[in-house]
Amino acid sequence: MTSAPLLSIRHLKRSFSKPGGGELVVLDDVSLELRPGEIVGLLGRSGSGKSTLLRAIAGLSRPSAGEIIYREQPIHGPAPGIAMVFQSFALFPWLTVLENVQLGLEALGLPREEIRSRAIAAIDLIGLDGFESAYPRELSGGMRQRVGFARALVVHPDLLLMDEPFSALDVLTAETLRTDLLELWAENQLPIKSILLVTHNIEEAVLMCDRILIFSTNPGRIISEIAVGLAQPRDRLDPMFRDLVEQIYVAMTGGRAGRLATQPQQFPQVGMGTILPHASTNALAGLMEEVADAPYFGKADLPEIASKLHMEIDDLFPVAESLHMLRFAVLEGGDMRLTQEGRNFAAAELDERKSLFLKHLLTYIPIAAHIRRVLDERLTHTAPLSRFQDELEDHMSPEAARSTLRAVISWGRYAEAFAYNEDGAGFSLENPE
Amino acid sequence: MARKPRSEPSLPHGMASLAPTRWDIGAALLVLALLAIMAQAGRGTFAPLESITQVPLSLDPWRLPYYAARTALRMMVALGCSTLFTFLYAPLAAKYRGAGALLVPLLDILQSVPVLGFISITITFFLDLIPGRVLGAELAAIFAIFTSQAWNMAFSLYQSLHTVPAELVEASLSFRLSGWMRFWRLEVPFALPSLVWNMMVSVAGGWFFVVASEAVTVGHTRFALPGIGSYIATAIAVNDGRALIWAILAMLVLILLIDQLLFRPLLAWSERFRIDAEPGEPGYSSFVLTLIRRSRIGTFLAPLAELWDRIGRHPAAAIVTHKETASPRMQAVPVLLLLGAGLVLGHYLITLPRGEILATLVDGLITLARVFALVALASVIWVPVGVWIGLRPRFGRIFQPLVQLLAAFPANLLYPLLIVPILVHRLDANIWLSPLMILGAQWYLLFNIIVGTQALPHELRQIATNLHVTGWLWWRRVGLPAIFPYFLTGAITASGGAWNAAIVAEYVSWGDRVLVARGLGATIAEAARTGDSTRLALGIGVMCLLVIVVNRLVWRPLYAYAERKFR
Repeated sequence: MTSAPLLSIRHLKRSFSKPGGGELVVLDDVSLELRPGEIVGLLGRSGSGKSTLLRAIAGLSRPSAGEIIYREQPIHGPAPGIAMVFQSFALFPWLTVLENVQLGLEALGLPREEIRSRAIAAIDLIGLDGFESAYPRELSGGMRQRVGFARALVVHPDLLLMDEPFSALDVLTAETLRTDLLELWAENQLPIKSILLVTHNIEEAVLMCDRILIFSTNPGRIISEIAVGLAQPRDRLDPMFRDLVEQIYVAMTGGRAGRLATQPQQFPQVGMGTILPHASTNALAGLMEEVADAPYFGKADLPEIASKLHMEIDDLFPVAESLHMLRFAVLEGGDMRLTQEGRNFAAAELDERKSLFLKHLLTYIPIAAHIRRVLDERLTHTAPLSRFQDELEDHMSPEAARSTLRAVISWGRYAEAFAYNEDGAGFSLENPE
Repeated sequence: MARKPRSEPSLPHGMASLAPTRWDIGAALLVLALLAIMAQAGRGTFAPLESITQVPLSLDPWRLPYYAARTALRMMVALGCSTLFTFLYAPLAAKYRGAGALLVPLLDILQSVPVLGFISITITFFLDLIPGRVLGAELAAIFAIFTSQAWNMAFSLYQSLHTVPAELVEASLSFRLSGWMRFWRLEVPFALPSLVWNMMVSVAGGWFFVVASEAVTVGHTRFALPGIGSYIATAIAVNDGRALIWAILAMLVLILLIDQLLFRPLLAWSERFRIDAEPGEPGYSSFVLTLIRRSRIGTFLAPLAELWDRIGRHPAAAIVTHKETASPRMQAVPVLLLLGAGLVLGHYLITLPRGEILATLVDGLITLARVFALVALASVIWVPVGVWIGLRPRFGRIFQPLVQLLAAFPANLLYPLLIVPILVHRLDANIWLSPLMILGAQWYLLFNIIVGTQALPHELRQIATNLHVTGWLWWRRVGLPAIFPYFLTGAITASGGAWNAAIVAEYVSWGDRVLVARGLGATIAEAARTGDSTRLALGIGVMCLLVIVVNRLVWRPLYAYAERKFR
């Protein structure tokens, strides 16, 4: 590439200080370049800091270290020439479609005639003709997001930031909008130079982007970059397309495999400091049953099972990871393989399942074992939640500690390892009254 | 009634035809009549003070429309002041954390203090400020109404400013709207629906204070501002029951008129700024708003809309994103203020005999017991009634506006009627005067219970029926838990109202006969009447203290519990 980068980010870091001292790193050492004419995707699970990165580029939040250079100028605050499309549309409900689209131009202080003619042109371009005087609440989700696009395009930005713009829409509407946008992009009708797209949908990234940057979670880092060489329009059933999807799955589970390689066993080392993913026991049992049955017989390809169960990666990964931690399954190279215990669980009746789950929970999840031990040792067999919250906060952020405890409470309740009383915020060994 | 479609086809004003339509004629009549009334009512304001202290108020019912207009004008001026105050105070408290550290707790205390106690003090101040003119007394009355409205409205705006949806803030930042533009284009529109609702509640509460502050005796100064409140005071003084009935009717008409001419249109208009409204959801409709929208009054209002548009359009160059953080020095200010207030109070108290302080405290506890007993009694009566109404949508539609009207109606107008049986049967004033305190406040309780019952999801009611949950079990498991948070809101408002009412309800007169119930309200009323400023200050101080302590120790924990458990 010969053209100068439109945007370059160098060693960006974003962290928050924890109340008990120390810092929580959300984004760590992120560097990337964006050149005119390309669509780049930021792909990662929730908590990978990709939205934080987008907001830093939009000037809505400040990085803790590193710099963002846009058109050879560092960014401090919202820059002209960068517009954003929001996941939740973020339309002003008391303004009509036309007024919503005009808002950004009014902020520029342009003359009224120009504001109006440019807004009308943007509305026509994005296919909102005839809806000028409608209020957002009268529109369907798809039409609302079209207003979001028109509002961003009307200011003629060089860089368009999109924060999961299709994830609040139903599958069909999202597909239509994506196709329309890509067509306009291909025909050079959009008054923009580059698009940066945040998504957690792997197929969406492969459909739309020229390059995909894959983020790890906790902290968010770029772990892999994948160039998509396919010509537009792309076909989901194209074997090359499927290959790329598979490759991304491997990359996203591969981060884990890389860590595993340094350890003697195939299972992750779960300690007191491990943040537990939130997965319900129903989902755990459901996934084990699915993988145990035909046609998988204990070993399944993750992209395949995700599309079969209509699960996005944010739904599937926590469940798969939980099974891995509980040693009911092994994750490797984009595949999931049930262990012998996992197969036993899938075949068992409710009581047997519970006792198997209890055994694994207390053996492999240290925080669960710890809670049980404390309850056993105390004469009253009770302990307050705050005690464990404090202990976990030595290792993680308060929010992560809360969500880890929520996960362990729901698993502990299912396994009947201990009881938890929300009113008194306390654990006990007995079931209520 | 269902909301009108948003994109109503409309022609530009004045373009369709030059001949006036029937909407134009109706609207013009409305505007001219309002202007005439206001001009007439405003004229008396600059007269010398003697004109209202010497001439006894006429009890001729034909004078009542004029008096009602004077009362309404007072109310509107106070509302205007409250609005202005709201738009200065709330942004300051919300945008500058340093200022907020002082302004927010201050607002919280002002909100819970019984306003009525202060009237006699502020009146002296305003009479001294503009000596010898009616204007001084007018300002005093307006200030009393203002203090009953402003805090509530300012709090509403402050809370709205803090709850503007994050994505809309981000959108306006990323499209580089200036702070000024953001305030007028995002924050104010977002705050409008709840601000208008709070305005209406404020005005409803304000009628009580209008009536109480128009005819006042403070020591040697006494005056009666022309208005419904003074008319009633005169009727009471000369023992004229017929005039009293006329006044009550006039008050009802006035409340209904203000509701129809001001608040219905405002509520219907502010609907469009609601963020959660869905198409087809029933909203407010207003005949007057339709009149304005269809007629050419719109042409006169257009400059206003244009002004708002222009104010909000001006793109002040700098984009203010930084928020001032509260310095430790600023945070010390409220503490210092409290210390100062404590010192002044301590200085005051030294001059009083110990026994007096103790007696006032005991009075306070008696009134406190009364307030609690009455709220409990009203709950026992209104919970079943409110739930019964709430479960029947047909009755709800009839009763809800009625209860709102009752809540707005100043109960102190009715006191003279109600003490007649006490006088006739020689009943114990200590017991039988008490119900007067809850007379006006109880409607807040009923209103909230009805709303709470209506909010109970339909599926939950059906499942209860399906499982044959009836009788006491239904109340214990379904009814009571469902309405509890709403009930609590109502009970807090009702007890606040009862504290205020204590000052007029524990000391009631009819002609030359006076009934007194022992309590803090009576102590304050007597001190005001005799102009004993030291005892007045002591009484008010004790009342503020009790109200604030009860709020912190009883209502707040209960509210927090309800929020946690039932929402």
